[in-house]
Order: sequence, then C-alpha cells, then structure tokens
Amino acid sequence: MIRKPLEFIVGRAIPLGLKNIDTDIIIAAEWLKTVSRAGLGQGAFAVLREDPDNVFDDPRFAGAPILIAGDNFGCGSSREHAAWAIADMGIRAIVAPGFSDIFASNAFKNGIATIVLPQAAVDTLMNVAQDEDLTVDIRGQFVLTENGDRFEFELDPFRRHCLMEGLDEIDLTMKLEDRIAAFERQSVQAVS
Amino acid sequence: MTPRTMYEKIWDAHVVDRREDGTCLIYIDRHLVHEVTSPQAFEGLRAAGRRVRRPDLTLAVPDHNLPTTPRRDAAGNRIPISDPQSAQQLELLESNAPSFGIRYIGDADAEQGIVHVVGPEQGFTLPGTTLVCGDSHTSSHGALGALAFGIGTSEVEHVLATQTLMLKRSKTMEVRVEGELPPGVSPKDVALAIVALIGTGGATGHVIEYRGSTFDAMSIEGRLTVANMAIEAGARSGLFAPDEKTLAYLAGRSMAPKGKAFDEAARRWLALASDEGATYDRSVTIDAARIAPAVTWGTSPEDVVAIDGTVPSPDSFTDASKRTSARQALDYMDLKPGQKMAEIEVQNVFIGSCTNSRIEDLRAAAGILKGRHIANSILQALVVPGSGLVKRQAEAEGLDRVFIDAGFEWREPGCSACLGMNPDKVPAGERCASTSNRNFMGRQGPGARTHLVSPAVAAATAVAGHLCDARMLEGLDQ
Ligand code: SF4
Repeated sequence: MIRKPLEFIVGRAIPLGLKNIDTDIIIAAEWLKTVSRAGLGQGAFAVLREDPDNVFDDPRFAGAPILIAGDNFGCGSSREHAAWAIADMGIRAIVAPGFSDIFASNAFKNGIATIVLPQAAVDTLMNVAQDEDLTVDIRGQFVLTENGDRFEFELDPFRRHCLMEGLDEIDLTMKLEDRIAAFERQSVQAVS
Repeated sequence: MTPRTMYEKIWDAHVVDRREDGTCLIYIDRHLVHEVTSPQAFEGLRAAGRRVRRPDLTLAVPDHNLPTTPRRDAAGNRIPISDPQSAQQLELLESNAPSFGIRYIGDADAEQGIVHVVGPEQGFTLPGTTLVCGDSHTSSHGALGALAFGIGTSEVEHVLATQTLMLKRSKTMEVRVEGELPPGVSPKDVALAIVALIGTGGATGHVIEYRGSTFDAMSIEGRLTVANMAIEAGARSGLFAPDEKTLAYLAGRSMAPKGKAFDEAARRWLALASDEGATYDRSVTIDAARIAPAVTWGTSPEDVVAIDGTVPSPDSFTDASKRTSARQALDYMDLKPGQKMAEIEVQNVFIGSCTNSRIEDLRAAAGILKGRHIANSILQALVVPGSGLVKRQAEAEGLDRVFIDAGFEWREPGCSACLGMNPDKVPAGERCASTSNRNFMGRQGPGARTHLVSPAVAAATAVAGHLCDARMLEGLDQ
C-alpha cells in the first residue's frame, strides 16, 4: 500500500483508555467479508458506540488522528481488518501502555504508529486530551502537550524509518530486486 | 559442519538477504490464494500499479464461501450464490486471478477443493519448498516436508509483489511419537493428543518437527491431518521429513516434477531430514500406546479427553485463567463436570474440512457406516470431500452410496461447516461432532457447540446419536 510519510501527527486524541480492547471490539466478525480496506471505519468499535455517550461520536473528537487506549490493545485474532478499520477512521497513531504483537505489526503495515508509554503517562494524556490537541512526533520520539509536557517513547528503528519515509515493506523489498532475481536464477523449483 | 535440523536446512536455502537485526528476506516458492484473504491484497497491488512477480508459482482456488450444494444447473449455468458478500469475494478471485496471470481452479472444475487439500493433491506442494497462504492451516503442507505457514493479507500482497517475506527465524520443537497406535486410534486422535499435551499456545514461536516410529508408519494423508493442527498448538508450521512414502505420494501428481527431474528432486528431498545430532530448542515425547480415540469437551482444541472419559471439573486445572475459561466453556457447551462424554447427544455430524476430508478419512468413516443408518435424532449429517478429485475417487469406490444409504448428505467440495462463512452451519444451541480443527465459540455458526473428533468417531456418533467410537458401537449392536 502506498502511503504518506508520517513525521508528526497533530490533532485531537480520542481518550478511550479501556484495557484489553480485542479485535472483536475493534471490528466485528460480520465485517470480515469485505473486499476492500476502505469503509471499515463505519464498523469500528460498534459495540462501544452503542453507548450514546461514547467517545468516538463525541463531536469534540470528530476526525481525531490519535487514539489513546489501555493496556494490551488489539488482543484476540490476527485479523488485519482491525488495523484497516482504525486507519479508515483517519487514525495514524495509537498511544497505549501495551499492544498485542500481531496488532502492532498489522498497524505498522498499514501506516499506523503504535506508541508505548507507561500507564501514568497515558493517564495524564487521557486528561489532557479532553480539551487539548496533542502532538505525536515520530522523528523526535515524543508526545507533546500544548503546555509543553513531553513524554518520550521509543520506536523500533526500522518501523520508525518506514513510517517517516512513507515506505511500505513492499517498496523496501523491491529495492532488493537484484538479489531476488539472482536467487531465482539459482534455486527455484518450477511448477510443472 | 554443525548438524542442522530440517527447518534450518530449508530456511538457509531460502535466505535472499539478511538484515543486521537478523531478520531475513526469505524466498517463497509456492503461494496458494483463496477468496477470503486476497481481495484487499489485489486491491493494494492495483492501487500501487504493481504486478504479481511470479504468477507461475501462485495458485488460486475458491473454498471458504462456496456452497457445497450443486454449483451448476442441468443446463450448465451457474447457480447464483444467495449471500451477496460471499458472491462478491468469489467473483473477485475469479476476475483477479486471470487479470494478474495466476492459475485458477474454478468452482466447477474437477480439481477444485480446499486449498490445503488441493496443494498436496496437485503436487503443487513439494518437499523443501517454502509455501504460504493467507490461512492459518497452511501448516498442513508440512506433511510433505514443505516449510508452510499462514500469513496475513498485507503479507499476501508482499508475496504477490515480491515472492518473498521478511521473517525472523523460529525456534524448533521436536514432537516425538513412538510405537504402534492402538486399534481404532487415528491420526486425528494423535493430532488432538499433541495439542492437548502442548496446549494451544505451547508451541508459539516454534516450528514443530514430527518424528518417531508412529509417524514413520503413518500415511501421508495421516501426516496431513497431524500437520494441519500444528497451528492449534501455536506453531505456525509443522514438518515431516520426506521419506519413501512422500516420494510415492508425489510421483505422477500433475504439478510435480516428472521423469528424470523427479528422480533428481527426490534425492534432494530425502537429504532434507534433520542431521544426526541436530538439536531442538524443545522436545516432547508421547507414547503411542497411550493415545485413545479423542473428543473435545470445551471451546479450545486443547480441551481433549478420551471418548470413554468424562467432562473434567474446572477446579481440576492448576492454572487460574484456565479454570475461568473452562467454566465459560462448560457454560457455552452446556455440559456438567463428570458427565460421560459417550452420553452426550449430538444433532449434527460433519465429516470434512482440511483436517479430515481426504480419501482415507472418507474410507474410515464409510467403513463404520456400511450397513448401518444414522440415528433418528440426527438432524444434519454432512460429508464434504476435500476436493473434486477426492469426491470422484470416493464415488469410484462406491463410498458415496455408503454415506447416502446411511442417511448422510453427499456434498460438493469446500470448507463447508468448518466455519460459518457459507450456508453450511450448525444451528445455535445444537451440538456437532465435527472432524474439523477448531471448536471455538461460534466457529460453526453463532451458538453452535462443536466436539472435535476423528472421521471414525464422527461416523459412529452419527449412528449412535451420541458421542461414540467404533468399539462402543459394536457393543451397542449386540
Ligand atoms: S476447511 Fe476450515 S480450517 Fe480448513 S481452510 Fe477451510 S475454513 Fe480453514
């Protein structure tokens, strides 16, 4: 997938906060029959949206590019639809104390930065996000509040590079085309 | 040279590039594509203006969404599929495959079937190859000595575009089963025994290698059943070293090498076995004599008991989270601790899925059904061959008659009731003895209660109307 380079993200952050949000909550199984990555945002967090006071439909957070979540976000199945749904909502960064491995990898593959911060920092950001914009700086590796509080995080260097350059893994691999071609000349078992 | 395991040999032979952090770009020799996990990958290729690098190494087959009722009417016209989303996924595969130059086996072709049945059967799956598919049960192909694993849709797109994947090396785990299986114990019972022993997450991060005299004696089809369930123990892949049985199975398969090329390949394949003295990160051993016809009681494939056993008490588990999930499972399954498994009545029987839909599975089930009839209390009994070729072979042997005379429905190949994506489902609250691989909540349809069993146990259960194996059935006959 071709995507835009991501150096920093500035805007409202949805203060979700809940722990153990699983992939079924992010996107229900009935959406697995889709044939496109687009449009899944409509089904995202449907169970939570049944509550009229949910954060997603709060006009203050309309179009927010950042999501703040609780620990173990994205646990459950490996369905990539969860990442597609969140990307389709326009979210480019998720801040949480921890993520399921597969979800983090799927999110990265779809150009979403998963930012791990300690629970205390996440709690602070949850409060700040009620009224203020946040800045997630991928280059500098910190989250910044409007009054200048900084929360530093670390990203895997490879993922950070890809996010900043707007590279997807296919682009990177295609740069090794010579090697792939050389490998193919030597050792591929043909299908007869 | 240091002795290497089979996994290490296949891995080393496929490294295209190595990054500083140890991640490797691995060449992929074979890619199976089905309709569920591919549409977004093709969409991504189109959006980026990319082509499929090696369509000749890619094979597309629809299976998950296809109804197992006839697909063409008497005039040969396609019978429309009622679920519009299923229809759309199928149509997209049918149009994406030719527009990207990929070989496509269609819904009405004799070779159509479940990807994991079709790959080995066509000789598309070969020893020593790396094989991927956007489906977790891709581990099946390890039965032939292919390093095979399931991938997500972004990875499907990556393989289509580059014929490679960025991967980290896995750990290795030896699963050794020694000795002769007791009468009536099938490869499925071995597969369930392994999952029960290791646990569903027990082999996470590992590639399993199956070794020992039990597997040496097991047919390729039996090995396919065992490797199919490697993923249920958390291993993305399971491997069997190629042997004479592997060669005999592959000789003459339509996409396998022929003549001299086959003989040369065969020499390479036989050299894939782990070297003497190679070490594994973990090893477990099971005594074949202790494996019994098995059945699951809960909603995880590790929830296994012998069919003559009882529903366990959640309190019997030492792990607190297991106690909680066991309680939830019993609630969902509507079972009580201490209940005899063989007294549990079922309303549905499903013989099929990539675990147990090959000819030997159908023979095993038919062997029990011959001259018998399913119980009146059975509401649905399906036999779904894994492929059109299996179906034809079974018909040539007269197995279809045995099933039909016994009261089973004889269907077209596909995933069927293994998962609730096509019209074959288990109704809410009903119980199913199923030869598939997952008993998750809602897997066979919302509210469906699944008991995983072997084909022989499924057949005996259909006759008895309650969970039952061949030995018990003979007792009932007298
Ligand atoms: S038969 Fe079941 S497990 Fe196998 S590929 Fe189909 S849905 Fe997956």
